[in-house]
Amino acid sequence: MNSNKNTLKVFAYSYLIFLYAPVLLLPIFAFNDSTIISFPLNSFTFEWFAGLTQETYLQESLKNSLFVAISTSILSTCLGILASRASARYEFFGKKSILSFLILPLFLPEIIIGVALLVVLMQLGLPLSLWTVILGHTLVCTPFSIAILNSAFANMDMSLEEASLDLGETRFGTFKRVILPMVSPGLISSLLICFTISLDEFIIAFFLTGTETTLPVYIWGQLRFPAKLPGVMALGFLMLLLSLVLLSLFEYFRRRMNRSAEDKTNVQFDNLFKT
Amino acid sequence: MMDRVKNWFSSDSSRGLTLIGLPFGFSLLLLAAPMLLIFFLGFWTQDYLDLDRSFSLDNYIEAWSEPMYRDLMLRSLGISATVTLATVMLAYPMAYFISFHGGNRKALWLFLVTIPFWTSYLLRVFLWKVILGYNGVLNSALDWLGVIEEPLTFILYNANAVIITLTHAWAPFAILPIYVALEKIDRSYLEAAADLGDGPLKSFLRITLPLSMTGVVGAALIIFIPTIGDYVTPKLVGGKDGLMIANVIQVQFMKANNAPLGASLAVSAMGIVSMISLVFLALNRRWLRKRGS
Repeated sequence: MNSNKNTLKVFAYSYLIFLYAPVLLLPIFAFNDSTIISFPLNSFTFEWFAGLTQETYLQESLKNSLFVAISTSILSTCLGILASRASARYEFFGKKSILSFLILPLFLPEIIIGVALLVVLMQLGLPLSLWTVILGHTLVCTPFSIAILNSAFANMDMSLEEASLDLGETRFGTFKRVILPMVSPGLISSLLICFTISLDEFIIAFFLTGTETTLPVYIWGQLRFPAKLPGVMALGFLMLLLSLVLLSLFEYFRRRMNRSAEDKTNVQFDNLFKT
Repeated sequence: MMDRVKNWFSSDSSRGLTLIGLPFGFSLLLLAAPMLLIFFLGFWTQDYLDLDRSFSLDNYIEAWSEPMYRDLMLRSLGISATVTLATVMLAYPMAYFISFHGGNRKALWLFLVTIPFWTSYLLRVFLWKVILGYNGVLNSALDWLGVIEEPLTFILYNANAVIITLTHAWAPFAILPIYVALEKIDRSYLEAAADLGDGPLKSFLRITLPLSMTGVVGAALIIFIPTIGDYVTPKLVGGKDGLMIANVIQVQFMKANNAPLGASLAVSAMGIVSMISLVFLALNRRWLRKRGS
């Protein structure tokens, strides 16, 4: 039995190396003083980071991406609140089918979503803009928001809500003053995850973007020019750091959310894969 | 009558429906409607800049009979199936290790497993190109170790490179559902099996594996269906021999300006993948029932 465990452990660590291999290369090439992305390495440099400040187009797309990601995270989380509150608290006709339909985008190739939305927009004669990207991203992010918030709402003690209603608070007041504060760690987790997904999403943005591009679309354009690659590595490294900060925050709020719950392990992913 | 209407409006049922109405409407408008339109678009024809809206099967006939599209479709299915199998086979022991031997570090392991996937997808795929290339990290390392004389060339710009990259990209989508399924298994079953004389392998095959099949099936579907439509990976590391159906769909929509043909290819791909998934689900159900009896 023990040898079994050790074999598994060796496997787990090797698998972890496989999973981290590309990520670990990012900082190496971001600081490597060579325009060619390969070994052997040259000396250490900050040049590529300094170069990023010169790229006006990059800053423009970063601004666009932040706008898209913030709007997407707010919209998805609002839709997520409505759907998961309904699912956790009420029984109604067609509940299961409606919820499976809402998380369907998770199972669809992004290119299908991108293409389908593009066709609709073209048929309606609507111009492509950052808002069309936001709509597409909201569709993809809402399932994640629902999964996270479902566990937050399900773990909530219903007697507190009843107490508030009994004491004369209105339904809306109860929602605002009792329910929302109790699920706030879940809300923040949802905002962070949707923000991170949207910031990195490429295919839908590629199809739905107009003249203003998002950061991944900008990076896609840069990948064709070998001379731009070291700068892209530096940019990627900065984005990696940002993701790490956001994810650590997410983990912190997830733990706070689950502290009161009985099941302390990844409840929200449980919800995600239940259907 | 009025009372009944009033009662219904303050009932759980109506409150639930009111709440879910907005997200449901949003998805109907932005998911169901576009999907339907794509479905119909496949039966229309592009007439230079205009759409000819009369019913025609020409696009579907072209999508299914043109050898190039057929080859791409078969290759895409092959790549997706291989990626699904490889990812699940690699993820299962990892999830098993975390669930059964993770101790009080389970959360840390899950966190570690997911971190790489929050880095830019485009850059991750690009970095695989750096790893697998002719002068890449892998070839340099193997050469330095004296394992190879000549750089390996079968690992970049072909289907293998696409499979390796996608197997990496989808890892957490397999590890997490399998882990969740394993966590749910009541450990006393395993103790009972051991007490009754089952060895570790036998109790794994008779208890752990069947009870964790929900996670495996969930993982397989969540990987198999979206990978068929992957665009970035084949474009960056696939070369000419590793292109997939999404690449030609993109060309039809953007460069070739033949959206109806693109739509019929997309609908065909989704149809085939859904059929395979349904067969897979049915087979799994039958297997589990046989196990159960």
